[in-house]
Order: sequence, then structure tokens, then C-alpha cells
Amino acid sequence: MEISAKQPLVLDNIAINLEGRLLISIDQTIAPGDVLSVMGPSGSGKSSLLAYIAGFLDPAFSASGRALLGDRVLTNLPAEQRRVGMLFQDPLLFPHMSVEENLLFAIPHSVKSGAERKLRVKSALETADLQGYQDRDPATLSGGQQARIALMRVLLAEPGALLLDEPFSKLDAKLKSQTRKFVFEEARKRDLPVLLVTHDEIDADEAGGKVFNLENTEEQ
Amino acid sequence: MLRIAPTLALLVLLGPVFFGLLATIIPAFGYFPALGGETLTLDPIRNLLLEPGIYRSSMISLWTGLGTTVISLLVVAGFVAGWSGTNWFRTMQHTISPLLSVPHAAAAFGLAFMITPSGWLFRLISPEISGLTRPADLLIINDPAGLSMMAGLVLKEIPFLFLVTLSALPQVKPRRFAHVATSLGYGRMAGFIYCIWPRIYPQIRLAVFAVIAYASSVVDVALILGPTNPAPLAVRLVGWMNDPDLTMRFQASAGAVLQLLITAFALLIWIALEKIGGFFLMMKRCQGNRFANDNPMRIFVLVLISLSIGMVFAGLAILAMWSVSGLWPFPDVLPSSFSLKSWSRQIGTLARPFWITITIGVASTLIALVIALACLEREQRTGNTGGNQAMFLLYLPLLIPQASFVFGLQLFFLMSGIDASLFGLVLVHIVFVLPYLFLSLADPWRAWDKRYGFAAKTMHAGDNRIFWSVRAPMLLRSILVAAAVGFAVSIGQYLPTVLIGAGRWPTITTEAVALASGGDRRLIGVYAFLQMALPFIGFSIAAIIPAVLFANRRDMKASS
Amino acid sequence: MFKKLLLALSAATFLTGSVQAADLSDWGAIEKAAKGQTVYFNAWGGAQNINDYISWAGDTIKERYGVNVIHVKLDDTANAVAKVVAEKAAGTDKGGSIDLIWINGENFASMKRQGLMLSPGWADKLPNWKLVDWKNKPTITTDFTVATEGYESPWGMAKMVFFHDTARKGTMPDSFAELVAWTGKNPGRFTYPSPPDFVGSSFLKQALSETVADPARLLMPVVESEFETITAPLFAKLDEMHPNLWRSGRTYPKNKEAMRQLLADNEVDIAFAFSPAEASNAIANGELPDSVRSFVFSKGTLGNTHFVAIPYNANSSEGALVLANFLISAEAQLRKQDPKIWGDPTVLNMSALSMEQQKGFNDLDQGLATLSPGDLGPTLNEPHASWMTRLEKEWSRRYGVAN
Repeated sequence: MEISAKQPLVLDNIAINLEGRLLISIDQTIAPGDVLSVMGPSGSGKSSLLAYIAGFLDPAFSASGRALLGDRVLTNLPAEQRRVGMLFQDPLLFPHMSVEENLLFAIPHSVKSGAERKLRVKSALETADLQGYQDRDPATLSGGQQARIALMRVLLAEPGALLLDEPFSKLDAKLKSQTRKFVFEEARKRDLPVLLVTHDEIDADEAGGKVFNLENTEEQ
Repeated sequence: MLRIAPTLALLVLLGPVFFGLLATIIPAFGYFPALGGETLTLDPIRNLLLEPGIYRSSMISLWTGLGTTVISLLVVAGFVAGWSGTNWFRTMQHTISPLLSVPHAAAAFGLAFMITPSGWLFRLISPEISGLTRPADLLIINDPAGLSMMAGLVLKEIPFLFLVTLSALPQVKPRRFAHVATSLGYGRMAGFIYCIWPRIYPQIRLAVFAVIAYASSVVDVALILGPTNPAPLAVRLVGWMNDPDLTMRFQASAGAVLQLLITAFALLIWIALEKIGGFFLMMKRCQGNRFANDNPMRIFVLVLISLSIGMVFAGLAILAMWSVSGLWPFPDVLPSSFSLKSWSRQIGTLARPFWITITIGVASTLIALVIALACLEREQRTGNTGGNQAMFLLYLPLLIPQASFVFGLQLFFLMSGIDASLFGLVLVHIVFVLPYLFLSLADPWRAWDKRYGFAAKTMHAGDNRIFWSVRAPMLLRSILVAAAVGFAVSIGQYLPTVLIGAGRWPTITTEAVALASGGDRRLIGVYAFLQMALPFIGFSIAAIIPAVLFANRRDMKASS
Repeated sequence: MFKKLLLALSAATFLTGSVQAADLSDWGAIEKAAKGQTVYFNAWGGAQNINDYISWAGDTIKERYGVNVIHVKLDDTANAVAKVVAEKAAGTDKGGSIDLIWINGENFASMKRQGLMLSPGWADKLPNWKLVDWKNKPTITTDFTVATEGYESPWGMAKMVFFHDTARKGTMPDSFAELVAWTGKNPGRFTYPSPPDFVGSSFLKQALSETVADPARLLMPVVESEFETITAPLFAKLDEMHPNLWRSGRTYPKNKEAMRQLLADNEVDIAFAFSPAEASNAIANGELPDSVRSFVFSKGTLGNTHFVAIPYNANSSEGALVLANFLISAEAQLRKQDPKIWGDPTVLNMSALSMEQQKGFNDLDQGLATLSPGDLGPTLNEPHASWMTRLEKEWSRRYGVAN
């Protein structure tokens, strides 16, 4: 798999504006296995940075600069070809699919063998400590379980980088720390560059990497 | 393929309207070579104006169009203002939705069976209370002022306007503003009307216009309940369109143009009424009139809307009862005997109109559904909704009196040789099915949480895969409900089916209205019952399929 | 069913062969050509018993000759005429959408005048024509004073008959003049279908025939300059009667079925129809109580014949010929005269039938409320077709805009 050769996520002079107002200006490189935490209060437009990298920035924003995975320029590609995984504030498990169907949806089409696909689902569930949950209705899972499935779903798609949009903000304190730990561990295991946006300082602390404070942008 | 979807939609909607109007207007000035009209002349218009009672017919159309709209809108606005957020409101919401799918003709028959002097309401109080052993000689239905016709229309327009208002309601976040107004000492209704209604109204305005256009040019309801001497303009038009005398076609065209003007005039008057109403509201608002004690008014409105709903349900029940009744003389409240004779005699004759109805309904709904989905999906992918302009174009076929362009369309089809074919019928049904289907689907489609799509994209899913595996299944319920709405609209079409189908493609609705002239209540009962049963079946299928498919998916359950 | 639709569609689209030149002397060839055709029979469809009869005829023809019959139900025969007019205007001279029309009077006159009929006349060349009693029933060859010339084939006889419920008290009028007086004493208890409904217009003609000074004048076309004088007594009587009608004459039932429903609902006391078995039929169907009886005016009521005709551009004219021929067979006519089924007096000549067929007619139970042929009274001649048109116009001018 090409993805096995891990590459850094490069944010090359990215600037995002809304109605002429500069929201974000950032120029950073995230090495494989590293985490960059972007901190900012709500409404600061930090989510638009992730949207720009992933390829679904609302046309109301204007943006310049490039995002690269290694030397592959992401910002020229359609969203579905960028191969960056993303976790949202909500798990967004497809409500009409079973847990297994959700996970199968993510596994690349190039994996043809049905048995192999099911095997990958099984091992992902084991990793998430949810053995035997294949046929469950995602709506019947707890918040923490849903968050873990959501992460496994992203990882099964074999992304080259991981974007986290405050994925822990809706969990209660105890779950939050467990889930956070699980996410960072799994990302590190796979040597993925991780970009986290959050307004929660503990998130950034736990991530352990560099912290980029958005308020600085405006001062600069 | 997707790129041409909006163009295709416009073509399908506006093409028939445009060519239909053209082929209506030109003969009105005497020019239609195939019918021997070689020169432009004002004769058709002159003949039209010499027609006995033409002024009266036009006034009836104008009056019923505006009257229906004023009453329906007042009741809906009053009810939403007085009761939104209450349990009564939620109950009403569930009761009223099914009424939208009841065809106008069926509701009109039901009302007629209730209120005529030999009808069920009089039977209920006869002879004990009323002292009547035979029906009173009262002119109730077919009254010259069109009041019963208006009542029949109001019964159907209240549910329509109510549901349109309901879909506009969440966007203005009514609760917060209502609380502010109440805390300032305003009555519930006043607070709502002052603060929230002005922002709802622009969103339902086109629907209100559609009601005016419909009510001022309706044919089937007018045939059943409307004045007869003279009849409303649209009914007389259809008579002239079918007159054996060839030259009447020109007069019919002139009449169709007059109908267009009457409807336009009704809309103009309405716009003036809007201004007056707006001014009046502003005045009251600025004067700080609080109408704090509005309980009597609230109860009055609740009674009105309950009565109107109850009347439809009771009427439909009486229709169903007539279809299985033996001899049922006045003043008996119940038939002296029940029999399935009316049904068993109909089975043979019913089959063809039944299947034609289904065929046209399914075909026009499927085509309209594909077009609507393609438009919405393209809108999703490009982020371009087309805005108010697109909305107006979508509503356009509903704002122009059917008789005005369908007659021209008939002439047009006749010339091009696709007259009376199933194809022509499906095409003309789509003109009416597509707007309703689109309107019903657009809201849930746009309200879908786009992040599911983003999530799928980060898993390398392309637009097509997202559409088929994520969005369409998640919105399956809404898609099926929209399809059921489209199907119900198709079932209810009378005039386009009669004119374009030229009697060779009878549907349940055209047969039912044709029977109206015969006055055989059992027979009408059978057809009207089927007329309301078919849309109901459509909605049931729309409810059952997702329920079965997603039986074990909690978040896929119907939300309301 | 779907197959049938497709069949009908393909028949309408592809089989445009015209038979204008069909040779009626070679009936076998016509039956052969008819096989597989679909006949669109445009017939008024407001009465269930008639619809049932037509579907029986269709089934029988289908079985015996392989001809499909589709009953296009009209609420007004004028619509079918209009259709042919429109097709002619559009140049659809072949493959028209109507193959057979149930017709008579004004509509026949109009189609014949405009050359919209299958030509030359064919009705008197049908194999079953030999059974038809055209010698003793002049209305078969003269439809509302217009010569039929074989452009339409007789289907049934009609005569105006009144009926009332004997369970309600009161004496019935015996003439139009008495009827007007009766409405004065019983306001709100009589009405008639609003012209141009066929039965309503017929009522006007009945009244005209009774009030006109010189009945012979009605057999000739209307002369505009004399119209007012001739009809003055009629409209004087109508003016007198109208305030005493049901709903004070502000609205009218749309046709005889609606009027019959009013009788059933006890809203009026008298109804009438153009078919002697109408009341018996309605009783048998549970639409009227069994105390209803028929009566006629002793000085006579209008009578006429109704027909079927083939438009000049019919798509399946052979099939239509086969159906028209079947409709005047002893079998179809016997069934038509059966009050339990339709109850229309036959157009056939009893002496042309076999003994067995005659017995069939003699054995028919005429039904509770049907007057025997002897009690039907004299038949008044139908006025020239132009009278009906002119009367309808005048009626609509005078009473069409009620207040």
C-alpha cells in the first residue's frame, strides 16, 4: 500500500477569509506520528481550516495556499481523492447501516475479497474493544462506543493524515479522556500526521504535540 | 446528465405552459387556420362578451378565488398563532396531513353529501328536531353566490396552507420571539401575528398565490358544488371547448384568455389586500394593541379548523357508506340495507380507469422524481439553489389557470399528433406533479446533515456513491413521501386528463366527476372512495417500505 | 390489463387503414377485417344499467368476432361530436379516435350536415336490417325530421314517461298546462333537467308541442322572425311555472338521473325520462322505492328513436359495423328490452323474428312500474332539430342567469 510510506502533512501558507476578514493564516508542517493542535475560541473559523484541507470548504469562504501530503498537492484534488481522514464533533455513523456496513463502507474498493473485508472489520472491532458488534444498530451504542467506531471507520479507509474537528467535545469528562487517549494511540501506531482543532486546552495537552494559537494570527 | 437536469425541469414545466398559452391566446383573436380562422379579428371576444351571464360568471370566479383564499389563510394563520407549540397543535398536525392527499373532487362530493337538504346533516336532525319528513326546499349546494363551492375549496386549502406554513415555521424560530412578545404583555395570537407572521408570510406567499389561481379557475369542484345558472367561468369554458359547433373553439379561447385575466386580477387585488393588511398590522403594532384576552378567539379558530377537518372525514365516511348502501331514503340516518351490489357491478367497468389511473400516476411520478432528484443533487454538488427565481418558475404552472393553457395544449397536441396518447397525458400530469413533488422533497433534502457526505468523502466515496449508498437511503422516507404526494396530485387531476385524454383515457377522477351529473350517490360513492383510497395506499407504501427496510435502525424511525 | 392498454395503444397508432370503401355486400370480409380491431364506442355513461349492457355487448362481440370494445363514457354526446370536428380540423381524416357514437337528433343533424359520417349510408345494408321495423316506426328513418339515409343504425325506441311515488298523496297532472297548475299548488316539488341536457330539452319540446298553435309548423326549420310569436305561449307558461319549481328555479338537476335521485330523496314528486322502463329499472336497482309508478299525458308525449353512427374517420369501422349489426340482433334487442337490464322498447319487427324469439319478447316481465305498450298513449312528433337548438339558446338567455 502506498500509504505505508508515511508522509508529512504540509500546510503551505494557508490563509482563509470570510467576507474580507482574515480568519486563519497558517504555515506549518506536521510530521508522520506528530500532532499539531490548533487552538481557538468557537467562531474563530478553525473548523474552516479542516474543511479547506479535506476539500469541502463552504464557498462563502475564500482561501489561498496549499495543503500537501508529502509532495502530493491536496488542494487541487477532489475531496474524495485526497485520502485525509476526518473525525467530526459527532460520530456521524450512517444511521441506515449496521456497524459492520458502516465499516465496510470505508474499506477501499481495491480490497476485493469479501472474506478479507470482513476480517478487517473484525480486527478493527477488536481494536476498539467492541468484538461481536457487527450487526448492531449504531444508534443503540453509547457515545464512547460510537466515537470509537467512527475512528475505526476513518482508519479503515487508509488515510494519509487525520483531521480532528473537536471530536471529543460532546463526550462527558471521563469518556472524553479515554476516547482521546484511544484516538491518539491509534493514530501514532499508524504513524499518521494529525491535525487537531479544539478550544479545549486539555485536548491540546493530551495530544502532546505543538500548539498553534489562532488568536496569534490576528495579532500578526 | 446532472448538468441538464435544471434545464430539463424548466422545459418540462414551462414548455407546456408556454406553448399552451400561445395556442390559447392566438385563436382568441380569430387566428387558427386549421379551424378556418385566417385573419385576426376581435369577433371571438365580442361573442364571448355577448354570452348571457358572462359578467356574472367572471365575478363568481373572482369572488370564489379570493374568498376561498381569505378564509383559508385566516383560519390557518389564526390557528398557528393561537395554538402553535401546544398539544392541540401537534394533534391537528397529524390529523390534517392525510387530508392533503384527498382529491378535491372526493372532498367536494363528501361535503355535498353532508350539507344538501337531503344530506346527512339534515337526516341527523330529521324528523325529530327539524320536523322535516321530506327535505326542505333550500338552495344549499349549487347556490348562486358560490358559497358551498367556496366551502368545498376551503376544506382542501386549509390543509394545504397549514402544511406549507408548518414547513416555514421552524426557520423563523417562533418560540423565542413568542416568549418576548408574551413577556411584554401581548396576547398569544397578537404576539404571533405581530412578530412571527410577517416573516412566515413571504415564505408561503407563492403557495397562497397558487390557491388563488386554483380556486378562481377550478372545474371539478365547481361542477359538483358550484353555481349553475350561470356557472363559474372555467366550467363554461370547458363547455365551449367541447361544443360541437366549430366556431365555439374561438370563443373558448377568448374565454380562456378572460380566465387568465380574471385570475391575474384576483392576484392583483390580493396584492393590494396584502398592503392593506400589512399597514393595518403595523398600525396596531405601533399603537401597542395587546389583545391580551384572546381566549374566545383562540377557541373560535380551533372550532373552525376542527369543523373543517371533521367535515372532510365525515363526508368521506358518508361517501363510503353510500357505496355499500341499499335503498336509503330521507330522513333515515343509516341505510335500510347494506349491499356490495354497487361494487360488484362496478368491478368490470372499474378495471380500465383504475389501471389507467395507476399507469399515469406511477409514470408521471417516477419521471418527476428522477428530475427532482437530479435537480436537488446538482444543487447539492454545485451549491447553487437558483434562489427565488427558481422557486417562482417552479410555481408558475400552479399560478396559471389550468383551463387557460391546457386547452391550448390540447390544440397543440392535436396538431402534433400526440393527442390522446398516454404519453401526452403523462407529460401534462408531470407539469403538476413535479412542482408539488419537488416542494415536498426539497426541504428534507436540503436539511440533510451534509457532514455525512463529508465523512463519506474522507473515506474516498465519490458523489455517486454518496448519493446511492448514503444520501438516498437516509432520505428514503422523504423520497417516498414526495413520490406519494406526486402520485396523489396525479390522481386528483381532472381538467388536464379530460382535455388531453379526450375521453379515451378515463381515470377514476374523470369517471367520478362524469358521474356527478348523474347524481347516483352509490356510484359516486364507489368512485370517490377509490379516489381517496389510491393516494392513501401510496402514502401507506411510503410509510411501510422504510419501516420494513430499517426495522432495526432506531435513528431511521419517522421523527414526528 | 396492461396488455389491453398496449393493444389499444398500438391499434390506435398503427392500424390506420380506412374502410371507407368497405363492401357491405361482402359481410364475411367485414367480419374478417374486424377481427382484432378495437372499437371505441362513445356513449353517454351516466347510468349503470346502460354501462353494464354495453360491456355485455362488448364481451359478446369479443368472444364471437374477436372485436375489442372500449366504452368511452361521455357526459354529453356533443363532446364526441366536438372531437370529430376537431379531428377533421386537424386533418385527421384517418385513424380517428371514435369508431361508434350513440347519437340522435341535434347531434346527428349536425354531424350529417358537416359531412362527418361514414359514407355512403350503411345501416340499411347491415345483415340484421331485415329484422328492423322501419315500416311501422317512422322515427327510424326520420330522426327529428332529418332523413337518416342509413348514416345511423337504430338502437332503441324512446318515449317520454313521467313517474311518481304512489306512497305520497296527490293527483298527477295530465298535460303540460295541468302540470303548470300543479306546480302552483305544490311549489318546490317539480323541476326538470337544465337544457341542453337531452331530457331537459325534450321537456321543453313537449311543452312547446302542447302550447303551439299550429303543430305542423314545428316540423319545418325555425324561421327566426316567427320564433317569438310561435313560442310566446310556451314561455308565458314557463314564466308562470318557474317560481314554483324546486329551488324556485334557481338551479336545476343536471340530467334525468339527478332528477330521479331528487324523487328518491323526496325532494320532488314527479320525475320523467325518455324510457318507459326507467322507473321499473330504478326500483329493481334499489334506487327508487317500489311504490313508484309511471304515467303519461293522455293527449300524447314525445317519442323518438336513438341510434349508433360511425364517424367518417373511424379507425376501426369494420369493427364498428359488426357491433352495430350485433346491436340490432334479436338477442341484443331482447336483452335491451328486458326491464331488469335496460328496458328500452325494441326497434325490431316482431313478425320478422322466429317464433322462439317472439316468445322471448312476449315473456319479458315488464316490471312493476312499466306501462304496457297499450297504455303508453299517443306519440307526439319530434320537432325539426333546429327547434331544439333554438329553444336551448332562448332558454339559456331567459333562465340561464338566475337571480
